[in-house]
This record gives sequence, C-alpha cells and structure tokens, in this order.
Amino acid sequence: MSRVRVLVGTRKGAFILTSDGKRQKWDVSGPHFGGWEIYHVKGSPVDSNRLYASQCSGWFGQLIQRSNDGGQTWEPVGNKFEYDGVTGTHQWYDGTPHPWEFKRVWHLEPSLTDPDTVYAGVEDAAIFRTTDGGQTWNELSGLRGHGSGSSWAPGAGGMGLHTILLDPKDPDRIFIAISAAGVFRTDDAGQTWRPTNRGLKSQYIPDPNAEVGYCVHRIAMHPSRPEVLFMQLHWDVMRTDDAGESWHEVSGNLPTDFGFPIQVHAHEPDTVYVVPIKSDSEHYPPEGKLRVYRSRTGGNEWEPLTNGLPQCDCYVNVLRDAMSVDALDSCGIYFGTTGGQVYASADAGDHWTPIVRDLPAVVSVEVQTLP
Amino acid sequence: MIRVVLPYHLKNLAKVEGEVLLEVDGPATQRSVLGALEARYPMLRGTMRDQVTHHRRPFLRFFACEQDLTFEAPDGPLPAAVASGAEPYCIIGAIAGG
Repeated sequence: MSRVRVLVGTRKGAFILTSDGKRQKWDVSGPHFGGWEIYHVKGSPVDSNRLYASQCSGWFGQLIQRSNDGGQTWEPVGNKFEYDGVTGTHQWYDGTPHPWEFKRVWHLEPSLTDPDTVYAGVEDAAIFRTTDGGQTWNELSGLRGHGSGSSWAPGAGGMGLHTILLDPKDPDRIFIAISAAGVFRTDDAGQTWRPTNRGLKSQYIPDPNAEVGYCVHRIAMHPSRPEVLFMQLHWDVMRTDDAGESWHEVSGNLPTDFGFPIQVHAHEPDTVYVVPIKSDSEHYPPEGKLRVYRSRTGGNEWEPLTNGLPQCDCYVNVLRDAMSVDALDSCGIYFGTTGGQVYASADAGDHWTPIVRDLPAVVSVEVQTLP
Repeated sequence: MIRVVLPYHLKNLAKVEGEVLLEVDGPATQRSVLGALEARYPMLRGTMRDQVTHHRRPFLRFFACEQDLTFEAPDGPLPAAVASGAEPYCIIGAIAGG
C-alpha cells in the first residue's frame, strides 16, 4: 500500500509526518534542527529519500541540509549563496535604492529528473541552482539581470523569490514568482527571463500596464497542463491559459480574494484550492472561520470546505508555501497554520482532521507519495 | 591549544560537546581562530561570519578574559591567556529574538 510523508517547516524546526495510504494514523518525528527556522523542506521527485531543507536563523544565517534516507539523518551541505557579478540595487520600502543582500532561502525546488539538481529561491530575490546535491550554488543571474531589477521592491515579508514551477513537458521552461515583483518565465533553462504579468492589477501601482511590481503570493500548476497556471495575488485569484502571456481574474464568489496559498488537485486540473484571508491588514480568516475554498471549474465558482475545520474563534493564517497535495487515488490535501496545526483531508477536501495541533508556526508543507 | 566555547546551536551543528580545542598556525588572532574553527568544522562556515563579505554576523559577539573583543581588530593579538589556553575564547549569541 502506498504511504505518505508530509514535510513540515516551522519557525522552530522541521517535522516529518508519515502515514499509510489510509491517512488516518500518523507518526510524527521532530523537531529536526530544533530552534531554527525551517522555511522549506522538499523531496526529489526521482528519489523520494533525497530531501533538502532550508535552515536559517537570525543569529547564524543560512544552512542547507540534505538527507539521503527520507529525513532520518541529515548532513549540512553548501551554504554559500553569492550573487553573480555586480549586485546593484533594488527599491527599498521608501523607494530609495537599496543594495541587494542575501538573507535566506525561501524555497527549494528539486529537479524533476536529477536528485542532485535543485533550484533555490532566495531573499533578496534571485534564483540559484546546484547540480552537485547542494555542495555548490550558482546564481541564474539572467533573472536579476533582466533589466527591471532596480525597480523591484520587497513585500512586507521581504523580497523573496518564493515559487519555482518546473514545466514537466519542457525542461527549458521555468516559472518563478517574487513578492513584490511578479511572475517571470524562462524558456532557455534560466539564461534569460521575462516578466509575465499582463492582466494583473494592483491598486498600489499607478501604471495599469506595469511590467513588474506585483505582490504575487503564490502560483500553482497541474503537471498535465503546464500552460495553465493559477495565482493567489495579494488581492485577486487569477488564471492564465497561455503560460503567463495574459492573466484573468477567477475570484468569482470567494468571500475575500486575499490569501496566500493556492494548490491544484493531483488528478483534476480544474480543481483548485485557496484559503481566503480577511484582508492584507488582518491576516486571519473572515469571521473567525477557517475555510478552504475549492473550485471544480478552474475558478470563479467556489465552495467552502469546513467539515472538521474550526468554525469559530479561529484567527490563524496559512502561509504561501504551507499547502500541498498527495497523489493517491483519493487526492489528499494538506495545509499548516501559523497556530501550529497541520490539517489533512484524505478525500479532496470534503473532510478535514488535524494531524498535529501544537507545532510552532507552520511556514511550509510539502507532501511525498511513497510506494 | 586555543580553547573555544561555541553557542548551543553551533555546538549541535558541529556535533561537539564542551569546549573545542584548536591548534592555530601563526599568531593567535580572532581571524586565525575563526579560520581554524571553520577548517576543522566546515559546517560552521557562514554561521559566524558571512562567507562572501567576511563580516561578523550581527547577533554574535566575541568575549575572552572578561573583555568584549567583538570590535577589536580581527588581526590583533588575542590576550595572552587565550593564546596559552588558560582562558577560553567565547562566541556568544545575542540575547534577542523569540
């Protein structure tokens, strides 16, 4: 029977949750790297025992950890992230130029074909790649060198490159998203990039046709249809059907279209999940009710999923990297909260139950479906 | 031998207990001690000083012989008691954060 491994990054360590295919009983291991911020843990799609973790601390900086046994043991690998060439400046919060400074790795995206190749999205925004299992990292500097870098600005949480989507049909195509610059795409394996934000709107940007400057919170793709992307923008849920050439809004009947994560069902490319959050000034669910919303129509028509989720006095947030899906026949959906709960649904969102309730604030959730 | 006291998280990272004992080539300075420490424990590279700029991490400070050496010149000689091993060189994490 298949098994599931849930990789949870929190403000104070990593946790690994495992279950059989029924997903009813869970074993919890951790904290791994106790006391450190774990922004992201992710496994290789071609070697499920190969895991990578981003470990950081305000005191001790950035580390990358690698496991070859599914998270039982770890070893630190390379942690030198040096921007390529002249680093230049981006905009600071007040609009003044600010030098590019490496702060941390937000997201690790292992290659679809090689367990030693991993992409890292970092703050201040840039993308790095290792091809030796994390020992050395090199910037794909065509992104920062695109020409608009000097006008990028940080979101409230910093100027992080937080999403990396690898196109399973075209190995040269990668999408990334930066808060608050927007979505960029490469079609030549990372040498050159261009912004793909047409159709996005932001009340804070005076130019409605601005190429960059958008606070994209997350983008998601179904592997069978990589030209279709879904986006949780700062406000608005968006969709593109042409690989980012143009976006249109699919917020529809959501109670609020602000939020952070967005995910696509493992087997239904038009089934999409979001967690509406009241507003950018109030990072908690509307009315104190934690509700996942599901669209089975690729957006616009959304239904609340509440069974098993707290429906009163709930004021947690769900961060952008804290939702994931498994690939079992009955697709499992998982998300973690800033209150330390990890909720799971083994039936595509119809029923939810907490796997764990009292972890440190959850930053990221990834799921591996194991044989 | 130079005695070095690491903060809790760096002890865990380097998998050491108690003090670290180091041989240092040439004069005992803060730079040579940190260099020897990183050479012995490569996993500590980048955790005490930035690997690119070599700047001290802002929330770390260096003490010995009841003196704050944090802002002393990195190539200045360490106190004789540290160089002889009579007193440890202490790397301290700031009491800050949550």
